[in-house]
Amino acid sequence: MSSWLEMGGYGFYVWGSLVVVVACLLIEVIGLRMRFKSLVGK
Amino acid sequence: MKFNWYKYAAPQPFFHLTGKCIPWLLWLAALLFVVGFYIGFVLAPTDFQQGDAYRIIYLHVPAAWMSMLIYLVMAAWAGLGWAFNTRLSSMMATALAPTGAMFTFLALCTGALWGKPTWGAWWVWDARLTSELILLFLYIGFMALQAAIDEPRRADKAAAVLALVGVINIPVIYFSVQWWNTLHQGASISMTSAPSMVFIMLLGMLIMTLAFWSYAIAAAFIRVRCVILEREKNSEWVKEVKREYIRSKA
Repeated sequence: MSSWLEMGGYGFYVWGSLVVVVACLLIEVIGLRMRFKSLVGK
Repeated sequence: MKFNWYKYAAPQPFFHLTGKCIPWLLWLAALLFVVGFYIGFVLAPTDFQQGDAYRIIYLHVPAAWMSMLIYLVMAAWAGLGWAFNTRLSSMMATALAPTGAMFTFLALCTGALWGKPTWGAWWVWDARLTSELILLFLYIGFMALQAAIDEPRRADKAAAVLALVGVINIPVIYFSVQWWNTLHQGASISMTSAPSMVFIMLLGMLIMTLAFWSYAIAAAFIRVRCVILEREKNSEWVKEVKREYIRSKA
């Protein structure tokens, strides 16, 4: 398990990529839903 | 039974149709993302040259494909809106631009995270990287131009010209690794020859691409609904939608 997390010494780059992608997708979709709710609830 | 697709060219039926599609698309995107992650990060074997650093391919390549595809679709919608004066086409172009810019940013960012361990540099002024950066500037330019003009129909037309001119950058990005001697590796998958990678790697990448597709369509649908609400705010049906929403929350 820990060797899998280390990704052969490239863990920072591999997991960093995943974190950046997931964070961007979530921020965009949550932001959009908030914008929609504020517009429709006016 | 004849299905009337033209009905959905008007904002009102399209607004209601997209409202029904969005939850399905988001759940499909999440499911495909988990499957793609499992295949790419757990099942797929380690690359003999790049080690586990190559696993960034499962995020980087689909993001780069999406950045180019969304631009083409955005320019097509913008061009349609300009040529035929169809409101919804221009709204779709407006809705796609930020998602396309985000995927371009992700392609550049994950590319930098791949470049550092494999090339020893976060960034090089290579033809592929530079043309992808220009794509990000084109998206930003499209959004800035629309925001700079108050009247939405004039803004749509001006931005459509920019989007259509910018299409020239897409073949430059795609063929840059062939036209110039680049540090960036060649295409992962060619449309004219059989894939050179192991099936499981290809499968993981394609599933992740489908996840990004599904996500991008859902995000564009949510945003186009916001654009419709903003631009059609004085119409009776939008006022009714708002009243219904407030009643449902009460």
